[in-house]
Amino acid sequence: MLPINASNARLWSILGSRGAFGVAMLDAAVGIENLMVLTADLSVTSGLERFRASYPDKFLNVGIAEQNMIGIAAGLAKEGHHTFVTTFSTFAAMRSYEQIRLHLGYMRLNVKVIGLAGGLAMGQFGNTHYGIEDMALMRAVPGLTVIAPADGAEIVKTVEAMMKYEGPVFVRLTGAINNPIVYTSDYDFAVGKAVRLRKGSDVAIFACGTMVYETMQAAKNLDAQGVSASVTNMHTLKPLDGDAIEEACSYASLLVTVEEHGIIGGLGGAVAEYTAKRGGAPRQLFVGLPDQFGKNGDYKYLLHKYGLTGEQIAGKVMDVLRCGTRDAFKTLVLAE
Amino acid sequence: MDERNERIERLRQMARRMRRTALTLTLGAGSNGAHIGPSLSIIDICAVLYGSVLRLDSANPHWSERDRFLLSKGHGALGFYTALGEAGFFTSEDLNTFEKHESLLPGQPAMCVERGIEISSGSLGLGLSIGIGVALAGRRAGRNYKTYVLMGDGECNEGTVWEAAMAAAHFKLSSLIAIVDANGMQSDGTCSAILNMGSHESKWRSFGWEARCVNGHDVGDLLDAFTAERRTPDRPLAVIASTVKGKGISFMENNNDWHHNRITQAQHDTALLELVD
Repeated sequence: MLPINASNARLWSILGSRGAFGVAMLDAAVGIENLMVLTADLSVTSGLERFRASYPDKFLNVGIAEQNMIGIAAGLAKEGHHTFVTTFSTFAAMRSYEQIRLHLGYMRLNVKVIGLAGGLAMGQFGNTHYGIEDMALMRAVPGLTVIAPADGAEIVKTVEAMMKYEGPVFVRLTGAINNPIVYTSDYDFAVGKAVRLRKGSDVAIFACGTMVYETMQAAKNLDAQGVSASVTNMHTLKPLDGDAIEEACSYASLLVTVEEHGIIGGLGGAVAEYTAKRGGAPRQLFVGLPDQFGKNGDYKYLLHKYGLTGEQIAGKVMDVLRCGTRDAFKTLVLAE
Repeated sequence: MDERNERIERLRQMARRMRRTALTLTLGAGSNGAHIGPSLSIIDICAVLYGSVLRLDSANPHWSERDRFLLSKGHGALGFYTALGEAGFFTSEDLNTFEKHESLLPGQPAMCVERGIEISSGSLGLGLSIGIGVALAGRRAGRNYKTYVLMGDGECNEGTVWEAAMAAAHFKLSSLIAIVDANGMQSDGTCSAILNMGSHESKWRSFGWEARCVNGHDVGDLLDAFTAERRTPDRPLAVIASTVKGKGISFMENNNDWHHNRITQAQHDTALLELVD
């Protein structure tokens, strides 16, 4: 197991989410005889060059054919192989959606889909490569577990967990290279169990993927303005940690969800589904990408454009807190 | 009668029984109806496989060396279920639950390895990719089983079939056998009118497969196609089986009204008269 410390965290940050995934796979694969890793012509992009060289018999490139890749992975899994597949998150989620639905969801075959570059990480590639609906789609598949790790360390923890986890999972990686660091020391990671990173009393913020770091920055910013915000890393979107939401409802007057994903059907949707059922929850501010296709741009430019930096997130929270009345809140959020 | 002729006669009788059972199950499905036409076209293929070719043991359904049969054209369910009945995976009583609420035997198969159903199918074009994975797993584990995937010719409209066809040849999966039930019809009409794909034989060959064309209702032909030595031992095998949709029942043959339909008691009784031993 790879130790989680400041030095490794820096390395994984420099490598970015895909590089960290490659490092984690190389380490976690040791001793797992029935492991198979498939890619659809993206082994380098997946950070798997060293894995491919070290385990040529456990690696399969199926060419540019994502649907076929999921089918082959399902066949291998059916015969007892512990199978991972990698491609861009949007291609995995959309091009092979039906294969994921039927082979992973309906047949419950033990395949781990690693979706690369969820969100806006593909920058200048443009909308074809952005994963802005992937979590919504994956969450809708019955029986599929959906995980969005916060940083390199959590990608390592996720990969280690996946080696032992029986059942279909979609893992959504976010961020490019030089990813922000959330974790520099070890912590307990369990599928379906959110991690509270910061305590607070006024506002409860839930985030996943790269937005966990930005949200920590937002909480510091809010603190300086006299607002106490808790931050919870909701790394597993499904099954959702209802206890973490219950806890937030017990102290916060505002719930905030932050995600590098469209505002429909992702983390915000998941939390809202829970709170709508329970009733009596605080208001919720959805922070995410607008329901539209935007223009291309560098990754950091896009995060700023869509208000996903820590300072901007704090600003949105303050706008809501200043509203005072429910009608003013309604006017503000509906204008978004 | 020599051994081969005895075997052929036995398989013909088995196919007739399967057709009778398929009709009775269709009657039992009542107003739900069933895909009787596309099931009748595959019954001789399934009879040959389950009656003579596949290495299976219904008492040991997870046997690691068993041959794997994947029904990719899920709407051929009645041809498949009746074969599983013949092979001991289902009793007559079980089969009579066809299309009953929460039965193991829905209109399109739902995975249940315990009862010989290797995969869920119904959405077309997905089985061959799974078959590649199953065949690769067998090769990695040093097992000698074969993987058979039965598709329809209409199903081959799906692009995923050809993604898989390319990959199987690339991976030299000689243990993988694709069977195309070439009944020349699909839901909306004839294959040539809906989407004319030209020659299946040349297509599969050009994708790197060994292709064999057979009469899909001639059990001797089918036996030979599945058992004869390969000319190209490092290639996957495509058996292109020319068939007739609705085969065996004169009023159903080549009549797309029977792609999916209900059957009356009178039609059922008339049909059975054509299937006496």
